[in-house]
Amino acid sequence: MAPDPGSLEALLAAREVVVFCGSGGVGKTSVAAAAAVAAATRIGGKVLVLTIDPARRLADALGIEAFGNIERRVDLANYTDDEPRGELFAAMLDTKRSWDDLVLRHAPDEATAYRILHNRLYHNVTARFVQSHDYIAMERLFDLHSSGVYDLIVIDTPPTRNAIDFLEAPARMSEFFGGRLLRWLTMPYRVTGARGARMINVASRPFYQVADRVLGSQFLQDIAEFFVNFQTMYDGFVERAQAVERLLHDRRTTFAVVTTLEGAPLREAEQFCRELTARDFHLGALVLNKTLPSYLLAEEGERAAVTLERDSDALALALETTRSPELADPSATARVLRTLGNSFRSYEVVARREAELRSELSRLPEVVVTVPNFESDIADIAALARIGEYLFAH
Amino acid sequence: MGAAPDLLERRLLFFTGKGGVGKSTVTAATALLAADRGKRVLLVEVDGKGNLTALFEHAPVGFDPVQVYPGVFAMQMSTEASLREYLKVQARVPVLGRLGPLARVFDFVANAAPGVKEILTVGKVCWELRASLQGRANWDLIVVDAAATGHVIGQLDAPRAIQELVHVGPVRNQTDWMVNLLSDPALTALNVVAAPEEMPVNETIELVARARQELAVPLGVVIVNRVLPELFTHADEVVFDALREPDATDVLTRMAGPGAVAVLDAARLAVSLRRGRSTHLTRLREGIDLPLLLVPYLFVRDHGLRVTRMVADAIGQELGY
Repeated sequence: MAPDPGSLEALLAAREVVVFCGSGGVGKTSVAAAAAVAAATRIGGKVLVLTIDPARRLADALGIEAFGNIERRVDLANYTDDEPRGELFAAMLDTKRSWDDLVLRHAPDEATAYRILHNRLYHNVTARFVQSHDYIAMERLFDLHSSGVYDLIVIDTPPTRNAIDFLEAPARMSEFFGGRLLRWLTMPYRVTGARGARMINVASRPFYQVADRVLGSQFLQDIAEFFVNFQTMYDGFVERAQAVERLLHDRRTTFAVVTTLEGAPLREAEQFCRELTARDFHLGALVLNKTLPSYLLAEEGERAAVTLERDSDALALALETTRSPELADPSATARVLRTLGNSFRSYEVVARREAELRSELSRLPEVVVTVPNFESDIADIAALARIGEYLFAH
Repeated sequence: MGAAPDLLERRLLFFTGKGGVGKSTVTAATALLAADRGKRVLLVEVDGKGNLTALFEHAPVGFDPVQVYPGVFAMQMSTEASLREYLKVQARVPVLGRLGPLARVFDFVANAAPGVKEILTVGKVCWELRASLQGRANWDLIVVDAAATGHVIGQLDAPRAIQELVHVGPVRNQTDWMVNLLSDPALTALNVVAAPEEMPVNETIELVARARQELAVPLGVVIVNRVLPELFTHADEVVFDALREPDATDVLTRMAGPGAVAVLDAARLAVSLRRGRSTHLTRLREGIDLPLLLVPYLFVRDHGLRVTRMVADAIGQELGY
């Protein structure tokens, strides 16, 4: 049976790459993994989920490790009623390893690669520069996609201060390496060689004066030396970054924004939806995660809650007639009834807040799915499969 | 244990936590609590998106502190502004009316060089603290909404990292007094905001262990946000289970309407949500040896000053006020 055209299932069936994004704490990693489980089970083909920073128990459940960029096959047979139609693979991003691979690929020779990899600033630069964490995730995605092994790749995005940072990472990467800035900064060192006498270029003079004053010249020289080596990788890097950017814009790629129905994450999600559209990325779906059940909004529920609190004594006496030994003490029963009514109304307030926030959402993508708040942690494939049922429901 | 009650008697409080746990709300609430207790508070937003002041229903602020609530002065950290101030006041480099193209170059170096951005951030905070201690500024308390758990060690350890990298020069001399202030348990504390959920608890336990190992900054308290209430005592839970038996449910729906089923379902949900989270709370309690302050989950609709005050009240209660 063909999936409903407005469903996440149809979206995933039609794409090769799905990027899940959203602010921290909304459950992005679990939702991405659940979508991959559902796709492998119901759509078929070879599905890969690339996660960035999963909870340890989830990583264990998927059989993946933080080191080595290794893709592992996940056995789905025990978790679904029907025979899974496809296969699931999982991998975790090894940032350090991915950067090292990139350097090894693009350095002009082994000696330069060695100098870069062993520079004491290398780790620091790769850890911070141009949101490299974001960049390397997209770079790894590109690598996996061009391997041609997988029919669908589901990727989780790194926690960033700003959810859109990673979108700009490839462009920033090429701007950085292509920029005059880098050339200008390393100029005095390129003229005479990194270890030669320091010959300050006129243009950069005021900068070096300030920097010397603040940082000391040896330190600055270390930095420049590092960049001189790094710059040898210019062509390869820029070409690669542009290819990564093309993949993100490709019609085979779509984005799914994950959020909870809470003020701050939701505002960020909306902002992100706007940015995606403005930058011509394909906004495929919005996932409203960890929501409260809709029965909290039913009027008859509220009426009952009010009655339970108000008429707790009368109800307790009536319940005594059931002859249940646990309900033999009307004062205890009445206390529990009041607690029930009170608790319902507390949760109702939150459910109503969620409903209001939801109704204020504008410019929604075609696919909007709602996933309830699960009572337990998402720590195994069975739990992912349960989320998957909600993701693919319509 | 035990240092919790005098938390607000320190002079510099950093707050960190995993994204999504309510770090900014707790930071703002602590500032509000201190201000309500008569202190003049500098609230510093370091890693935020410029909306910390929304928690006081105030417009965004810049590098210069603005009073956003009686006794709370908020500022948004800017490494460039911090550098300009440093150059002017400390290094006495003739300014530089505008950093102009230098700003981009600076940004470049600051990104690449270890600790430069961090030292300007932490340096500014330390500068305000020292000025207050020496009577040149009058902040009773500085409250910092610091980097998230993944980056806070690097941020607060910057002065020491710089000491290791830069062996001479004015920066080196500057870092000595900063390290002294930051490592003084009478003055400074790093506090962690958590939520009783799997990942935030894991990150909190890991961070506390790492901070002990790698950081000179003393640890203060762990504030657990969004703790769900315990609905029933054990005895009451037995009554609740009996109410879910068919006979009892019949009585309830007859007398309170068909919505009684939803009320019972909602309570079951509340009980299991609480139970799921309490295992993480237990794990947190066992995994760290710092005072835990519990802030209840707030069943409210809005998110402005009223909520900040409710969180402040909860923290105050936990501190014994």
